[in-house]
Amino acid sequence: MQPLTSDPRRVIYQRPELLADTSTHYCPGCGHGIIHRLVAELLDEMHLGPTTIAVASVGCSVFAYDYLAVDFVEAPHGRAPAVATGVRRVRPDAFVFTYQGDGDLAAIGTAEIVHAAARGERISVIFVNNGIYGMTGGQMAPTTLLGQRTTSSPGGREASTAGYPIPITEMLALLPGVSYAARGSIADPQWIGRTKAMLRRAFEVQLAGGGMSLVEVLSTCPVGWGLTATESMEHLAHDVVQTYPLGVLVDRAKDVTAAGED
Amino acid sequence: MAIAVQPIKSGMNVRDTFEPLDIDVDRCKGCGLCVSICPKEILELDVSIVNELGYHPVRLADATACTSCALCARICPDAVFAVFARPRGI
Amino acid sequence: MATDVAVDSTRREDDIVRPILMKGNEAMAEAAIQAGCDAYFGYPITPQAELLEWMARRMPELGRVFVQAESELAAINMALGAAATGARVLVSSSSPGISLMAEGMSYLAGSELPMVLIDVMRGGPGLGSIGPSQSDYFQATKGHGHGDYRVPVLAPSSIAEAVELTADAFEIAERYRTPVIILADGVMGQAMEPVVPVYRMPARTPGGWELSGAVDRPPRVVRSLHLRPEDLEAHNRRLQAKFAAIADREVRWAGEHLEDAEIVIVAYGTSARVARTAIERAHEQGLRAGLFRPISLWPFPAAELSGIARDARAIVVVEMSAGQMVEDVRLAVEGRTPVFFHGRTGGMVPTPGEVVDAVSRAWALTEEIRCNR
Repeated sequence: MQPLTSDPRRVIYQRPELLADTSTHYCPGCGHGIIHRLVAELLDEMHLGPTTIAVASVGCSVFAYDYLAVDFVEAPHGRAPAVATGVRRVRPDAFVFTYQGDGDLAAIGTAEIVHAAARGERISVIFVNNGIYGMTGGQMAPTTLLGQRTTSSPGGREASTAGYPIPITEMLALLPGVSYAARGSIADPQWIGRTKAMLRRAFEVQLAGGGMSLVEVLSTCPVGWGLTATESMEHLAHDVVQTYPLGVLVDRAKDVTAAGED
Repeated sequence: MAIAVQPIKSGMNVRDTFEPLDIDVDRCKGCGLCVSICPKEILELDVSIVNELGYHPVRLADATACTSCALCARICPDAVFAVFARPRGI
Repeated sequence: MATDVAVDSTRREDDIVRPILMKGNEAMAEAAIQAGCDAYFGYPITPQAELLEWMARRMPELGRVFVQAESELAAINMALGAAATGARVLVSSSSPGISLMAEGMSYLAGSELPMVLIDVMRGGPGLGSIGPSQSDYFQATKGHGHGDYRVPVLAPSSIAEAVELTADAFEIAERYRTPVIILADGVMGQAMEPVVPVYRMPARTPGGWELSGAVDRPPRVVRSLHLRPEDLEAHNRRLQAKFAAIADREVRWAGEHLEDAEIVIVAYGTSARVARTAIERAHEQGLRAGLFRPISLWPFPAAELSGIARDARAIVVVEMSAGQMVEDVRLAVEGRTPVFFHGRTGGMVPTPGEVVDAVSRAWALTEEIRCNR
């Protein structure tokens, strides 16, 4: 949208600057749209656009570089934390984040995230968990709930053959290299606001020189789940949180103040 | 008095009567999240329109009832809304 | 960026720089450092662990980046990230680790990122052995990952040559925005030879694609995904044009005793050194043998070999493999000259005696053919 400079109305909310002025390929009601918006808002508010080198991953969000107007490098599936490590080590002054889905981070990329966390890489990881592989047509993910039907668990996920949903963020929070780990959700505006605060904290931890900061955001996949957008939000709020409780898992950077404050 | 909200596109001039919401009609995917979340229940999908993306976009059915709470903007995955504060007395 | 290690360009003509004895892995590592390498990512694997260890000590000394990654898969991806910002990046590994890097190589090629990979070949397939081999010629020149791409491959046959080619590799990588492989083997990695410690640091020219934060410019994206078929075809055409340019300008080879050679031995790397000794012995026996030594395995010096083959009675290809480069030799020669092969696998190195025997056999067999006409 054009800036409404001649508009006398007082703005409560408008589209963030760093959110590209284009339609996205995301399905109607997809949580990625909300999360991209939060990231763009924060990058705007914290003036991080000029210093950001972000790492896109593989999944529905593979086109994140078309929607967030910052420098981006595409990583192979799962490798974003390693790619981000390479960026971070040669560019100590950059603001570096990865944006990854559940398959990318907790299936094919498990080794990379664990070791980037173990090394305490000064990067922020935005982990979008919608319990399904959306881009490839709705297959089971490592975070798919028990009993959940997907195209590769048509009878519902059974623990005996397909194991249990993996609490990867709880696992990572054990590592001293993880300075901040939290789980938010986009299920309703209140939690959207809290999640934005978690992302802000994660970014602040990076700016203050902490180790890895990780925010898992429970998100929706209406098409994959076979629900309407509104039903998907309800499923998130009532069912998914039973397996993946919300809140701050660890904050080892408690004495870190916000960037710019002293 | 009901004021019909005219959806804006880039380059259009904003009119003088107060509109609490600007809706980017051709970005809306008709997901309905805003319709569900609006506490005043004044948003609806306009089934008389099919936008460029092929969806029925949202419209503000009663602008006078809008309190500019911006919950619609907060939940919209496509950043379709710009929200403005209602000036005093209007 | 690395600018703090001075290359001694003030050396006077009459200065004698004494050679120092260096292990191949360490010499290549130091050559990369002196060439301005900003970052090294690797994982321990025999027979190149010393390269990683040298970097572990030297890079922090110089304030540069060293990371021992959790796997070769992670290492190549760290390299991808660093290369995307315009850093001069080195990765090294050996055969099983190179297999893990195949995915990364495809992405590096598709994203057009410069990088140097030192591959110290060992016995395969699978876990194989830690002995030297040349059984990754296919992997290096025709593998590694998916898609229509080629990668320049340089094959030194001495440690001193490896030092030179390391600087060349960075230059080629940046000139064409491509990963470049230096293909060595376990003998070269582990042996110690005199090296004159005079190095070269190629100049840097930013290309306007590097990620550095979108200050006062539109954001840049480094990627290999082009979903629309028309876009990906156009991208592939550009890549092919690049490979054609490399094929045009970066062929490297060396010849010895080719002027009147009846039998031309084609060998690279350590096999070429064995061949050299074999040629001396062959000459003593009155056999006119010469050596055609490809230095660039891709682009393969096909035209040059074809020309030389025309005047030869037979070609004998010697490799530490079951026969990989021999296929490119046959393609180059196009059936005009008989091609024979002698190879050892499993970490075994051919002996000069074996090569002389192969040359004699080739001579005898071609004599039979001529007599039977």
